[in-house]
Amino acid sequence: MSLITLDKVHKNYINGADCVIALNKLCLTVEEGTFLGVMGPSGSGKSTLLSVLGALASPSSGSVTVDGIDVYGLSAEKQADFRREYLGFIFQSHNLIPYLNALENVMLPLAVTRFSADEKRRRANDMLKRVGLPDRMLHLPQQLSGGEQERVAIARALVNSPPLLLADEPTGSLDTTNSHQVMSLLKELHEDGQTIIMVTHNRENLEWFDRTVYLRDGQVEKDVQSCRDQLPQAI
Amino acid sequence: MRLEHIVLHNLRRRKGRAVFLVIGLLIGVATVVTLLSLTDALGRRAQNELENFGANIIITPRSDELTLNYGGVQLGGVNLVAKEIEQANLVKIDDIPNRRNVATIGPKVLGAVEIEGQRVMMMGVDPDAELKLKRWWSIAGRSIEKGNELVVGDSVAKRFNLNMGDILQVNGHDYTVVGLLARTGSQDDQLLIAPLSVAQVELDKQGQVSMVEIAALCHDCPVDDMVNQLQQALPGTDVQAVQQVVKTRMHALDQFRLFAWGVAVTVVIIGALLVFVTMMGAISERTREIGIFRAIGYRRWHVLHMVLMEAAIVSTLSGVLGYLVGVGATLVALPLLEGGKATWHWNPTLAVSAVLAAVLVGLLASLQPALRASRLEPSEALRAL
Repeated sequence: MSLITLDKVHKNYINGADCVIALNKLCLTVEEGTFLGVMGPSGSGKSTLLSVLGALASPSSGSVTVDGIDVYGLSAEKQADFRREYLGFIFQSHNLIPYLNALENVMLPLAVTRFSADEKRRRANDMLKRVGLPDRMLHLPQQLSGGEQERVAIARALVNSPPLLLADEPTGSLDTTNSHQVMSLLKELHEDGQTIIMVTHNRENLEWFDRTVYLRDGQVEKDVQSCRDQLPQAI
Repeated sequence: MRLEHIVLHNLRRRKGRAVFLVIGLLIGVATVVTLLSLTDALGRRAQNELENFGANIIITPRSDELTLNYGGVQLGGVNLVAKEIEQANLVKIDDIPNRRNVATIGPKVLGAVEIEGQRVMMMGVDPDAELKLKRWWSIAGRSIEKGNELVVGDSVAKRFNLNMGDILQVNGHDYTVVGLLARTGSQDDQLLIAPLSVAQVELDKQGQVSMVEIAALCHDCPVDDMVNQLQQALPGTDVQAVQQVVKTRMHALDQFRLFAWGVAVTVVIIGALLVFVTMMGAISERTREIGIFRAIGYRRWHVLHMVLMEAAIVSTLSGVLGYLVGVGATLVALPLLEGGKATWHWNPTLAVSAVLAAVLVGLLASLQPALRASRLEPSEALRAL
């Protein structure tokens, strides 16, 4: 069953006097439980695709359906609810709130939910343990390494148990060891049934995906299913 | 973890900005509280001073016949052969609803007497009440107390060449001059002033008074209401308010109050602008943070709520501290003004209003920045995504 359906999604930006086409009538379906990698050169529309999927930037035309919900048929406030209930975001630059400690950062999405204080704390605790940071809960972001910050960001993205995890270059600013740890963690989540869509430049990450979509000029250039052997030699 | 938690953490993290905002609003609130407290204290002081300045209500027997001008005040008819006011009826003044606003009651009996073959006006008064009503009187010697004692007006003293201790024959009875009234420029200069009971006997008006002067404390009472109440309590009399005195008092106080409010409004506007500019700066600085909140599912309302809550916390703190500083400044300033005679009064309405006004100004000035923050599109706020 398709969790995500993008139907002729077109997105263009006005940049001064120019009209830039970021997504060009893109069609894509993603099954539940997929670990999808999105690759492509700069300006190919990867980040725009993630924004459109994440109800952050409405397409110029076309439709985006997630779990049967027409995302852009929702009001702005309902879209916020949708992001909270259906999506987890992992940003390249972690985007943790600097004045909140790791536990509080993870609890952030829960602050506007009706869970009790104990339940919020328990969930955040569990999630930080799951990402391997049980002893760093009370540390502020600046007291954590890049890899640890990324894991806190992953914990925050998952604390609401969203059906879909969107990750934008989560290993982009990490060294090899930390990258491997983060990708292992994502793979582990995927094996537990989590649907993940991850944008990356790094070809080394391809081994983790069970499907990879290559974008160029806002369109799907290549769609490769679970076949690491068939990966192109150069992107 | 609740939104309040995030707001408090943010305030703690940006202490400098929070302190700047608190101080900015605090100065505004303190200035307003100081001005209004001073206005109130000085107003009360002026009120008391003015009320001591003389009578503002005059009761005369009702008459359609002769009129008598006394002290520059047009009195009701005084027919010397007609009826006077029964002194026993004056106790009814104690029964009027606004009795607490009556500061001094000065009954007087008036009549002509003969000295060395010449007619002179004698006025019998309650000495204590009269001296409260006529603060400007300057008596050489002492005031009358009891028995056949007289204070004589300046014109009478000169006319009959009277000095203190002289014995004066009035209608054939001996009186001792115990005081000489310094020139007032009014008809008091032409009076023989005697104790009320003595004058009533001398004028053959036992138990009667010719007029009553009343000083009313009218800080919070309408004089017209008191006039009506007195009129009903004392039928057969004319009760008149000396409107000019009252209006002059009110005008002076209103001018002072108007000035204070003018300054207060200016200060409040400056405070509001300070909050507005600071909050706008804070929102610009927190654009990315707001983008994160929106991206992880915060509604516009949640962002609006957080910004306004921050403004409310800062404003409440400013209001409370500003009120305390304002009261402190008033207490410091009052001894330097009015020779320290004006005193501060606890005004709960001002205390509550100061805090509420600070919160209201803070919230209103933050509304536009808060709306701007809530309308930020997450994709615009989060260019990183």
